[in-house]
Amino acid sequence: MQLQRVAVTGIGAICGLGNTLEEIWANAIAGKPGISTIERQDTSAWPVTFAGEVKNFKLSEELMPLKEQDRFDLFNQYALHAGDEAIRQAGLTKDSYEASRIGVVLGTGLGGFPHIEMHHKTFLEKGARRVSPFFIPSVIPNMAPGLMAIHYGFRGVNYSTASACASSAHAIGTAAMEIMLGRQDAVVTGGTEAVITPYTIAGFASMKALSKRNEEPARASRPFDVGRDGFIMGEGAGIIVLENYEKAKARGARIIAEVVGWGATNDAYHITSPHPEGEGTVPCMQQALTQAGVAKELVGYINAHGTSTPVGDVAETNAIKRVFGDHAKKLAVSSTKSMTGHLLGAAGGLESIFCIKALETGILPPTINLENQDPACDLDYVANKSRKVDIQYALNNSFGFGGTNSSTLFKKV
Amino acid sequence: MEVQDKVIKLVSEATKMDAANISINTTFVDDLNLDSLDMVELMMKMEDEFGVEIPEDETENLKSIGDVVNYLKTKSH
Repeated sequence: MQLQRVAVTGIGAICGLGNTLEEIWANAIAGKPGISTIERQDTSAWPVTFAGEVKNFKLSEELMPLKEQDRFDLFNQYALHAGDEAIRQAGLTKDSYEASRIGVVLGTGLGGFPHIEMHHKTFLEKGARRVSPFFIPSVIPNMAPGLMAIHYGFRGVNYSTASACASSAHAIGTAAMEIMLGRQDAVVTGGTEAVITPYTIAGFASMKALSKRNEEPARASRPFDVGRDGFIMGEGAGIIVLENYEKAKARGARIIAEVVGWGATNDAYHITSPHPEGEGTVPCMQQALTQAGVAKELVGYINAHGTSTPVGDVAETNAIKRVFGDHAKKLAVSSTKSMTGHLLGAAGGLESIFCIKALETGILPPTINLENQDPACDLDYVANKSRKVDIQYALNNSFGFGGTNSSTLFKKV
Repeated sequence: MEVQDKVIKLVSEATKMDAANISINTTFVDDLNLDSLDMVELMMKMEDEFGVEIPEDETENLKSIGDVVNYLKTKSH
């Protein structure tokens, strides 16, 4: 069977760095932190009081009528907002292809936690008869792709992927396979997450996964730095339109980049800690290169998972060195989580977009707050300042609790 | 506030429709385009506001603002 090529024709995002991709990219290459004290909620009783919080968000009434906006949890709304930016850029409509060949596959790690907590409170205080009929539709992970399908009339494959912090990376991988196999002509993919709530923060804090640098939020996310002390919760969405390359070209769409390989593995090691030598992540990156048939020396940039945890950053560094050998010291690696925080299930979507922008513009976004590099992290992490480098291939790494891994390889066009 | 005004105010808030466009004759499905989930939510709000319990089989007969107003009046004496 002849595999089809996969084009990226639209990208859109929202996160603590901005509410449009243009704003996010400008801030990312300027090395600005998008992490600050949480403003939307009273955090006085919270163990951690800062995050990569989205500011001043208001969903367009064109995308969701006002009367429905209170009903659908924020992860749905971020997906629609960023999705619209991507879909508009692609110029994709239900008439671009047969509607049943246009799909939506979006990842989310946790789904509608804010509304689960809200409706559960009502249940405890007022009883079962006061539980809203919109509770379940609001919180189920696949409602984000569902709402998108309803809004645009996309009748193709439609589901959500859940693999914790790799959710949207798996979404992109499976979406690309749908197109490679010729099953779909276009798939809107990526992911969304919005779980800055007292319950989830408490849960992650109990795991000792979060940075406690409450006094200096902007300096808290410091992947590969000796002072790193855990990840910073982020939120938002990163949405990508993938299309059959030849068909996208035929309809006159502008092709921004190409998806050429995907690897997906598991560490088979521990529920939350990464394998220290990368027994899962090494074959993951290798699979992406092998599928693409690309020599490792051609990869110029890796957008690392790099969550700013003491163990994770070293394990990923070790894995990159095992995969790339001598070339590991020549390629550039950066963790944009230093600016956005960790978008959990949306991270792979947003960070794939950073790879795509790096290929498109020849500018690599930096790892900020890298002041005192950990000797165990001995690669070129594009410290603190973005860099102009023309690259041909960029790899996105996304790893998640449960030992799950995903690596996606993008190519410049 | 009269029962009718209260009902119209609640419906207006739930549907984000201008209260001036809602009358005793307004119907939930044809005029306001509410689906079955919208109706469940609306009836919960009515129950909270008026302190009554509206049984499920009763809600099927409540097709307009007038129906609800009449039903609430029979329950509230």
